[in-house]
Order: sequence, then C-alpha cells, then structure tokens
Amino acid sequence: MTLDVAALRDEFPMLSRRVGGKPIHYLDSANSSHKPNCVIDAMSTFMREAYSPIGRSSYALASEASNAYEGARSKVAGFINAYSPCEVVFTKNATESLNLAAQSWGRANLGKGDAIVLTHMEHHANIVPWQMLAKEKGFEIRWVPLTPDFQLDLSSLDQLLRGAKAISFTSMSNVLGTINPTRELCEAAHAAGAIAIVDGCQSVPHMTTDVRAMGADMLAFSSHKMCGPTGVGVLWAREALLDAMPPFLGGGGMISEVRLDDFTCAELPNKFEAGTPPIVEVIGLGAAVDFLNRVGMTEIRRHEIEMTNYAYRALTARYGDAITIHGPTNPELRGATFSFAFRDVHPHDVSQVLDQHNVYVRAGHHCAKPLMRIIGANATARASMYLYSNEADVDALVDALDDVSSIF
Amino acid sequence: MSNLEDLYREVILDHYRSPRNKGELPPPATCTEGANPLCGDEIKIFLDVADGVVRDVRFSGHGCSISQASASMMTAIVKGKPLTDVRAVAKRFKQLMTIEEDDGTTPTDIRLGDIEALQGVVKYPVRIKCAVLGWNTLLEGLDSTST
Repeated sequence: MTLDVAALRDEFPMLSRRVGGKPIHYLDSANSSHKPNCVIDAMSTFMREAYSPIGRSSYALASEASNAYEGARSKVAGFINAYSPCEVVFTKNATESLNLAAQSWGRANLGKGDAIVLTHMEHHANIVPWQMLAKEKGFEIRWVPLTPDFQLDLSSLDQLLRGAKAISFTSMSNVLGTINPTRELCEAAHAAGAIAIVDGCQSVPHMTTDVRAMGADMLAFSSHKMCGPTGVGVLWAREALLDAMPPFLGGGGMISEVRLDDFTCAELPNKFEAGTPPIVEVIGLGAAVDFLNRVGMTEIRRHEIEMTNYAYRALTARYGDAITIHGPTNPELRGATFSFAFRDVHPHDVSQVLDQHNVYVRAGHHCAKPLMRIIGANATARASMYLYSNEADVDALVDALDDVSSIF
Repeated sequence: MSNLEDLYREVILDHYRSPRNKGELPPPATCTEGANPLCGDEIKIFLDVADGVVRDVRFSGHGCSISQASASMMTAIVKGKPLTDVRAVAKRFKQLMTIEEDDGTTPTDIRLGDIEALQGVVKYPVRIKCAVLGWNTLLEGLDSTST
C-alpha cells in the first residue's frame, strides 16, 4: 500500500501556510519535522482540559495526568519494541540523551587506558560529549572511517573495537543519508565485549525501529523530528544498564530518600528524570507515536525510497554533473536526505535563492564538521524529506535551482 | 525571476567572481583568522601596517558570495589608507549593516563607494554576519598590530 500523501498533508496545518502568497516547499525535515493536527490537539486539549502536575500529588487530576504521561512512555516503548517502559527515559532532546549516556555510563566506566569507538559521520551531539569526558578522563577515541561511496568502512572494525568499551554511532547520517548496518555493528561490539550506543535521530522517524532486533544497548532520539513537539527527547537503554548507571541530573523526582549526608535514587525511569518533566511535550510525543503507527513505518520508509528515487532522477536529469549529491546512490541504502553541491555556488547563496521560491533547505555544516572536512566541503545545501513530502516539493527545488544558475 | 537584485547587486557579484587582493602576504605582515562557526565560513586577513598606514592587505579563505565580496571590497578601500581612516570606514560600514549606532563621532566625509551596494544585505538579517566577517577580522588584526 502506498501513502495517500495528499490526505496526509491535509493533517499538517503548516504545510498549507503561504509565504508571499505562494505555497511553501518544506525540505528541512531532517532538521525538524512539522506536526499533524492530532499532536497539536493532544497537547492543547491536555493543557485546556486535563493539565496537572504529575507524580507527587494525590488528587484525581494528578493521577489522570500521571497516567497520560506514563501512557505516552508505554507508547514510545512499544514503538521501538523496548523490553519495558521503564527503559524509556525522557530528556530535553536527543543531545541531552547522548550527554546522559556519556556523563552517566561513560563517567562510571571510562578512564585512562580505555577506548571508545565513534565514526566519521557523527553529528556533533555524538562527538563533543565524548570529547568533553575524554579530556577529563583521558580515554582514547577511535574512529570508523568512510568508504569512497559514503558507507562506514568496516574493514578494520574488529581492530578498532579491540579493548574498546563502547561504540557510539549514528543509524543514519544527517548529512549523507547513509543508513548504517546497525545490527552488524551491535553484534561486532558485543563480540568485542563493548556496548553499542545508537544515535537514532535520523532513522527512528523514518523506518521501523526494533531495539531487540537491532541488539543495541542504548538508543537516543528526539521527538521533534518525528512529528512530535520540541522540548522532549528519549534515551532508551537496557534495564540492567540503566540500573547500574549513576544518576545524571540530581533534584526532585529522581530520589527515593534524601538525608543531610546522602541520598538514594528512585527506581527506573524516575532515577533519570530530575525535576518537573516536559509533561505536555511527552503527551504530544505519545500522540505523534500514535500518528506514525497509524500511517505505518513500513509505508513511510517505502514512500521515502520512492521520493529518493524521484529526487535523484529529477536532480541529475536536469543538472547532470553540475550537481554533486554527497551520499550513497542506492535508495535502499539511504534515507531521503540529500546534501549537495551545486555548480561552484556557495550553499548559503543556493539556499538564499531557493528561499525566494519558498523552497526551504538547510545550508551549512549540519553540525558534522569532521565529516564535512572528510568529504572536502566547507558546507553543503541539504534537502530532506518526510512522509508528507511530494513530487511538487522536489519539482519546486529542481526549478528553483535554475534561478541559482541564472544569478551566479 | 527572483527579487534578489537588492542582495546580489552586479558590483557584489563582480567582486565575488573576481576578488581583489585575494591571497596571502609573507611575514612580517600579520595574519588574523576569523570564522563564522554557524555557517563554517573562514577568512584570513593579512596586514602590512607601517607608520600608521595600511601599506598592503590580502584576504584568503572561503565563504559565500556576500562574505567574499564584502572582504574583497574592504581590501580595496582600506589599502593605502591611514589607520584612523580605516577604523572610520569600518565603523561606517557597521552602521550601514545596522550593527552599530551612529554616535556622531564618525567623520561625515567618509565614503564607502561600491560598498554601499551591500546595503541590501540588511533586508536579510542572517546574512549580515557574512558581510561583517572580513571587517571584524580586519579590526581584530589592527588591534593586535597597534599594541
């Protein structure tokens, strides 16, 4: 079954927004996605009719709100096939999730003489938290390089993993679109006695996620890229791992007892949720999960493969060698995220001209400066699609690039 | 067609396509690096200052048309000028970019010439930082040479 994209688009009010009297073509979903009515309504209905603080208070509304909050946790757990909802920790965003992994697990497990493995295609959010900790603890960071066709070069993976305590890698590159062999990497990690931490920001919104099949030990992702609101991210980790990890942020909600000389932590997942959590946003994320389940992750992935094919053909048919798309050419091996160079025009100039045509792309280093250096680009323009992207969006991009040619 | 003529004036595109004073100067000329961490643009300004005059200036690096054209125009106007004039021009340019107020201390006879073409950038606030990257780096270079 293919997606009824026209009907789906009607559910996203932002997509009918006009700028300068003309429709918009939103091609920046790898950055952040738009929100369907059901998410917006769930949040506003909750605030209008059911809002209450959760957890601490015993009145009826508080337990109703607590149930809604915990219900959203169960939805998220089901969405990624977690073993238990208590393995799902709500954070501020995926960046905080990865910082939690580094500051809690990393701080407790990494020291001088230890090593972790990252890859050359990581987002800064999966580099800097480890570098911050490495500066303090003195462990080694090793890097999985790239092949010429923008895949991870796994030829020396076993060597890199030897003696390493963890590998932390993206399941899909936010620049190249490359989908990495998550399961293979997790298996290799376990064979070497390391844990596998997956940055799922770019893959979780776009394809079925099954942490058990993946064999991952931790998975970080954000709500706002998967039709949910900003302000909430997720760190999933195996229960035994979370149990053994020290707390990250301290405060209310994460303790079971506090005395003048010590404290004890609450049970999972509260242990990692200090302070009042983003209750409304979590409710919104739960609604986003319902929405994605209704649409179907298999169908979303299939639609994005079709859109990838369409975009690839349209861009190369019109512009040939004048456009360089950084990333795998096989649509089965990539998501619908296209970083490209157009003639010799600087990406900021490309995106400025495209903006004039209401074609919204991102230009810059996409928070992946090491990767940009490796692919030899200071910046790229990036068009990225989602379940609501259609041929008209791609056609508008292709046509607007003509104007870039005429100015520069 | 687009409405971008205000931003991409012909004189700007000319400086972008054929930058003036692009390159490097050997020591004892000073080299100051500037960067725009948000967009990845990087620039180096080489300055040969003697007797209170910018005797020579070059720039190198990479960036968008606005940052490159602005740097090129800047080198063209400051070359051969006394430092007081250079600072006054820089100040006037920042006023043009609306990031500095006119406090009445800039001499009124300072002319920006071609650089006035960059005024269109003001309508695109995110691009102002592109236009001023070279100028801020120049000022930093002057500060370090004059101490």
